[in-house]
Amino acid sequence: MYAVWTKSVGTDKQNSEHFKKRLVLGCGALVYDLLRLIKQNPSLSDKVNLQCLPASWHNSPQLIAPGVEEYLSENAHLYEEVYIAYADCGTGGAIDRVIEKYNAKRIEGAHCYEFFAGTDVFEQLSEEELGTFYLTDYLVKNFHRIMIKGLGLDKHPELFDVYFEHYKKLVYLAQTENEQWQKDAEHYAKDFGFEYEYRLVGTGSLDSVFDEIDIKPLEIEG
Amino acid sequence: MSEEDDFDLNELDDKELVEQIQDDLYDGLDEEVTEGTEILLSRGWDANDVLGEALVAGMKIVGIDFRDGILFVPEVLKCAGAMKGGMKILRPILAESAVDTSLGKFVIGTVKGDIHDIGKNLVAMMCEGSGFEIINLGINNPVENYLEAIDEHEPVIVGMSALLTTTMPYMGVVVEEMEKRGLRKDVHIMCGGAPLNQEFADSIGVPAYGRDAARSAEMAEEHVRSLDKKRGHR
Repeated sequence: MYAVWTKSVGTDKQNSEHFKKRLVLGCGALVYDLLRLIKQNPSLSDKVNLQCLPASWHNSPQLIAPGVEEYLSENAHLYEEVYIAYADCGTGGAIDRVIEKYNAKRIEGAHCYEFFAGTDVFEQLSEEELGTFYLTDYLVKNFHRIMIKGLGLDKHPELFDVYFEHYKKLVYLAQTENEQWQKDAEHYAKDFGFEYEYRLVGTGSLDSVFDEIDIKPLEIEG
Repeated sequence: MSEEDDFDLNELDDKELVEQIQDDLYDGLDEEVTEGTEILLSRGWDANDVLGEALVAGMKIVGIDFRDGILFVPEVLKCAGAMKGGMKILRPILAESAVDTSLGKFVIGTVKGDIHDIGKNLVAMMCEGSGFEIINLGINNPVENYLEAIDEHEPVIVGMSALLTTTMPYMGVVVEEMEKRGLRKDVHIMCGGAPLNQEFADSIGVPAYGRDAARSAEMAEEHVRSLDKKRGHR
């Protein structure tokens, strides 16, 4: 099992020369969670090849579907099955058109916040405060790179109001219990002037990717 | 900017100054754009010409480079901020102008359930630059807000925006209600937003999908020009 930060597409030769596996192609922002889920079930490591695309696409969703397609066009034929560890993620259905083309599957939901928290909880949070800004473990850990630098706020702090004028609350949807990240998230909320809420939601339906792999044997196995 | 690069905009001729304003706008330099706008006006330029030749033309370059992945959202927002500086000076002059160059009213808003407005505000600014009178409804608009604005302002165009896959279907609700009330024959509908595409726009009966701010402004202007052509005036 491998996890690679893919910026340009290559072919997964070394993983597939001798036998075919299932490919899990996911968002880089999910890499820790995907690796942890695989680690929890050692039998998966023989069955799964994990590849991740850049997490920075979180801020540029228009790059996701073309990026997934580019990767699959080079590599999908090497695998028996392909699972996409993305939700719709702001692609407006574009990712589903790619998924259909390659007969792949993805996690249900509009975005990772929804599949982590579960649809009911996410809808409840949105109803309580529409102007809610969500963080996950990955986004807390990489807050400066993805949110501050990614939005250009390091160079142009004056853009803060343009981005966040309508936000009032920050909800940290945590996958794991980590005291430092909780402190950090609370600090970011305070810094932004937002109300803060912490919810330990785990990985939610991200697990479903591996549930399916785990129970369904492949005909061709190395 | 180093001292060597620092120069007086007054020393440039008109053509050079227009190009410089476009460059400064591209670099998001609001003070320089404001100063350049003031200089052109002081040289007797018509406010409409300053707007069209310097600011709107400059933003069109920004729009193209954003579309092509050369500029990203933070840079575009800086450009928009610079254009706002110029618009602040031009707006009152244009409003008092004896010549009515308005292309009509354009109601624009982000749909219900969605608080994202960066793209919508860029479209509003570009359309204002093209000559529309903008009625900006802001964010999280239920269908009633659009209908009230149509009744009150009688716009030529209504524009809807959404950033979320979960909120964009609400555009169909607005379209349906406008259809029921017989408003579509008088009001052109446009839509836009990151997750949208032409296929979605067609599915809700709105062929006018603006893929970016610059293209949206062009499409809006093209619509009004085509109406004028049909009516045989202007």
